[in-house]
Amino acid sequence: MTTLHLKNIVKRYKSQTVLDDLSLDVANGERLVLFGPSGAGKTVLLRLVAGVIEPDEGRVLIGGEDMTDVDAEHRGVGMAFQNFALFPHMSAFDNIASPLTATRSSKDAIADGVQKVAKLLKIDHVLSHHPKALSNGQKQRTALARALVGSPPLLLLDDPLRNVDAKLRFEMRLELPRLLAAEGATVVYVTQDYKEAMALGDRIAVMSQGRIRQIGTPQEIYNAPADIEIARLFGDPTINLLDVVPQRGGEGVFVELSNVRVRLADYDGDVSGKPCVLGLRPETIVFTDASSPGAIPVTVEAETPLNEKTVTLAMTARGREILVSRPAGTPGPVAGPAHIAVNGAQAFLFDKASGRLLPRADIASKRNGEAA
Amino acid sequence: METMSPVERVLRAVALTLVVVFFMFPIFWIFLMSFQTNETILAIPPSIVFSPTLSNYAALITGKLQTAAGTLDIAFMRNLGNSIFLSVASVAVALVLGVPAAYAFARHKFKGSEDIAFTLLSFRFAPPLLVLLPLTQYFQWLGLSNTYFGLIWVYQLICLPLILWIVRGYFEDISADVEYAYRIAGHSWFATFRKIALPLAGPGIAAAGLLAFIFAWNNFVFALVLASADKQPVTVGALAFVTSSGIQYGQIASAIVLSVTPTLALALYAQRYLVEGLSLGAVKG
Repeated sequence: MTTLHLKNIVKRYKSQTVLDDLSLDVANGERLVLFGPSGAGKTVLLRLVAGVIEPDEGRVLIGGEDMTDVDAEHRGVGMAFQNFALFPHMSAFDNIASPLTATRSSKDAIADGVQKVAKLLKIDHVLSHHPKALSNGQKQRTALARALVGSPPLLLLDDPLRNVDAKLRFEMRLELPRLLAAEGATVVYVTQDYKEAMALGDRIAVMSQGRIRQIGTPQEIYNAPADIEIARLFGDPTINLLDVVPQRGGEGVFVELSNVRVRLADYDGDVSGKPCVLGLRPETIVFTDASSPGAIPVTVEAETPLNEKTVTLAMTARGREILVSRPAGTPGPVAGPAHIAVNGAQAFLFDKASGRLLPRADIASKRNGEAA
Repeated sequence: METMSPVERVLRAVALTLVVVFFMFPIFWIFLMSFQTNETILAIPPSIVFSPTLSNYAALITGKLQTAAGTLDIAFMRNLGNSIFLSVASVAVALVLGVPAAYAFARHKFKGSEDIAFTLLSFRFAPPLLVLLPLTQYFQWLGLSNTYFGLIWVYQLICLPLILWIVRGYFEDISADVEYAYRIAGHSWFATFRKIALPLAGPGIAAAGLLAFIFAWNNFVFALVLASADKQPVTVGALAFVTSSGIQYGQIASAIVLSVTPTLALALYAQRYLVEGLSLGAVKG
């Protein structure tokens, strides 16, 4: 276990800035997931920590020690690559053993270490094979074993599940947390899959365009995405985003959806009259009777049954599309007119101009209280 | 292949045979000539029926050339030895210098790296005659004329660019991640070069070395001008067969057979490495 601190990292390739004044702190034993679209700079950041790329500006501290100018082989980190990066001319055994041979351990110690980690990852029967003879899943496990074998205090995993099939990915998503917990290392994990991020991360750092846009626990990010883009990246089906202008009424702030008022109890008058985007998670919307209060009339356009949930595409009277998600097996309309109910307390309000999440009234008033 | 009709198959075979005959017939004819005397070679019409003789080979190996004007000393075996020594030494030097340089050009883009690499390549397309005269002068000043050292140095003009550019391509084909992975595992850059880059580029290095060897072996003009008889390779030595009493076709033919054999054997042996080398891109880890 160790800590990792990145201080004001800048990395440019030619005129393009890949990492833009990025700072990040990872606590002892923490599992931090770097999440973001491709081209966000996640992989560059990881390589920079590993020491195979040098930053143009900024410092890299591992365990409190400045490692910025230390060569990769002396940083003592373990890393698994997205494309596995196995040594094609060496057997799986030699691949996994490579971090141990560097420290000139005895032959027996090396064999023991490799056997132990290979057993853990269930590849002890293919150790004599060359990478060419391994299946994709075995390659991935070999790469992971190579990263783990030296018990590095800092483990860097660059989207290790990207190039394996869906079934294996699902298995590993369940297996990895246990494995990493047993290892006890501080982990930086890169992924483009929000489910992986939520399953594996103690905290998630959402990256885009070389900056960290939001950092927090999976729940914080899901329940309070800092901006529209992050809200869109987390969640399947994606969040419904509707242009609205909140108004102030007798009982507080509300928005109108097909002339039906939806009260936003968490927001105060500051947002009224401002062009906003309303974010509604599909699973917070329910189908309801026409008679119940706040029922919004819609037309059901299509229904997609997925394994564990059913996703319905509905159209409002004004022609806006809304996705509704409900657990599989629960009843719901299949086609034609229907009504939905929206829970204003679970809705997000984003500023249309900046895309930022508008602070809820309780948070805002607390801030005001602190200021006063 | 299975979909080929019988007609196509026959036409294909005929076409292949024609191509093989076109390229191989001169070599076949020379092989026959090497077992004939000058008289049967020059007989009209030529015939492939003759009583074979080993006199040509005997003359080459003993170094005594019997001509109408008397016995001439020829240094063919020495020439052959020179060829082998010069080619092997040149390729060895070119590999020692060129492979690390190729790695540097492939992995590190430094200021002017492309210019330097291109300048080295340009040695290949400048005609040798262009540099020969100044080179002769320099060699005389430096005392390098008629030395193996000087010849091997000049042969770097032939071998080094070849090795540099071919091997560079192979190094570039190796995923940088594979090398990063070895570095992160705790190995120095030199260990990474030795244990990862060199073995993975091995087939390419072998192919480049073979090509460089053939080019060095075939060189004529540098050795002709910069060395005298005792240091000259077979390509120059073959001139000795043009004697005052006529051209010794039989000996020339057997000399050609002897001088082609080493490169041919090497090429046949290295064939599988060449093929492996060309398919390196298909085995990404």
